[in-house]
Amino acid sequence: MFLELYRVHQFIKKFFIEAIAPPYEGREILRQCYQVGYKSLALISLTGFITGIVFAKQSRPSLAEFGATSWLPSLVGIALLRTLAPLLTALISAGKVGSSIGAELGSMKVSEQIDAMEVSATNPFKYLVVSRVLATTISIPILTFYTAFVGLLGGFLNITSSESTSFSTYIQTSLESITFLDITSSTIKAIVFGFTIGMVGCYQGYNSSKGTEGVGKAANSAVVIGMFLVFIEEVIATQITFLFRT
Amino acid sequence: MTATENHPNKETVISIRDVKKSFGDYDVLRGADLDLYRGENLVVLGRSGTGKSVLIKIIAGLLTQDSGSVKVLGQAVDEISGKELIKLRLRVGFSFQNSALYDSMTVRKNLEFPLVRNQKNLTKAEINKATESVLDAVGLLQTINQMPSELSGGQRKRIGIARTLILQPEIMLYDEPTAGLDPITCIEINNLINEVKERYKTSSIIITHDLTCAKHVGDRVAMLLDGSFERVGTFEEVFDTDDERVKPFYDYNFID
Ligand SMILES: Nc1ncnc2c1ncn2[C@@H]1O[C@H](COP(=O)(O)OP(=O)(O)OP(=O)(O)O)[C@@H](O)[C@H]1O
Ligand SMILES: [Mg+2]
Repeated sequence: MFLELYRVHQFIKKFFIEAIAPPYEGREILRQCYQVGYKSLALISLTGFITGIVFAKQSRPSLAEFGATSWLPSLVGIALLRTLAPLLTALISAGKVGSSIGAELGSMKVSEQIDAMEVSATNPFKYLVVSRVLATTISIPILTFYTAFVGLLGGFLNITSSESTSFSTYIQTSLESITFLDITSSTIKAIVFGFTIGMVGCYQGYNSSKGTEGVGKAANSAVVIGMFLVFIEEVIATQITFLFRT
Repeated sequence: MTATENHPNKETVISIRDVKKSFGDYDVLRGADLDLYRGENLVVLGRSGTGKSVLIKIIAGLLTQDSGSVKVLGQAVDEISGKELIKLRLRVGFSFQNSALYDSMTVRKNLEFPLVRNQKNLTKAEINKATESVLDAVGLLQTINQMPSELSGGQRKRIGIARTLILQPEIMLYDEPTAGLDPITCIEINNLINEVKERYKTSSIIITHDLTCAKHVGDRVAMLLDGSFERVGTFEEVFDTDDERVKPFYDYNFID
């Protein structure tokens, strides 16, 4: 257990050392960003949209009790941006991207492709790990804002079905209630989530044990551990932002 | 006749002294001594699981020995810095038992990879020329745009060898280059190993179970028995024995 923690620590330390040292893997990072976006875009669009619809629909009765249905756009906006979008995006990415990173690096490890890079002096850590972790760290925040936007669309669909509001007033009211603190804290949170998902996937894959069984295990634990950490970070982040709000 | 007998006029490029390595409580290497001289092909024989792959992984710095010293081109692999190890690795080629081709890349990208990442100042034309030249050397120019999954085992082996040749190493380490291949492909690979030696002036360690291969390519043969090299010499010297651990190798290959 402590040995494992030490190894994780070493792995993260190595990441920062390699990430800072030139040369930079610009093209590979871009390629990986594209992979991350491409893999999760369809699913994220769908879930984001549905979440928007469902959330607006479920919240309406409670607001109606206080005669405050006009608050619905703000509520949808705040809920999406503060929690739903970052969490949804991170969980879906942990499932889609984390597992595929774990499986990909795991099978490269098992078939000695990583060793082959090592002996041909090509720094596999930098090429494989640094580029992937940076890619998730960059793309997941972008995807998060995309999810929030799609969710707002879903919310709008629900709201127009029962009252007539124009899209621009809807967007305006929902954005009005969003503060600078909301945006910063969500961005930071999404960066942390992205880093976590990339790191966990890479760590599991890069250190997967020999045999095909090892690949499955790496992919599986990338998802399980990734999601678990995302929830823990969400709880901590919520506590911290509350400190700022009060 | 010992593993480390002095050859006054031969330069030693790899020198292994009293190397021990265990996994758990299984002692794989128990004091191995071996020298590789410049320009020779040294064949390493031994039963499955005796630690032949472990030995060359130690030479390449993929594993670290528990004790003893391993010097490659005069440098102690386990003691030098990361930067020096990278430099050293450019001079040592490693052909994997399972080829270890990058299966997400085409043959061309596989071959280019070590070059592109090590020598950033090369032009596209120079890279293409180097790629085609090594691919031609292994006789597989027609596969250049294929994916590794579309190749046969023998072709994969040869691409793997080509990928290590592209950096023009001084030392080649071949892990079972002919395992699991038909006799004709084996002969082709044997010829390739000899050609590489002539063409690129390499010194090589070749691990194999295949005595025909050993006889064909080996200037010297070293037999790994119970964790150390007990028999080293020419092919005839090594097999001129009644040792029950050695004879079956010969009998299986040459007596029907
Ligand atoms: N990374 C490792 N972790 C644990 N044990 C290992 C590791 N690598 C090798 N071994 C063990 O060391 C022993 C020697 O393995 P090695 O691969 O060197 O055999 P070999 O002589 O190359 O056999 P073969 O001819 O079948 O390839 C085996 O028993 C293997 O289980
Ligand atoms: Mg082996």
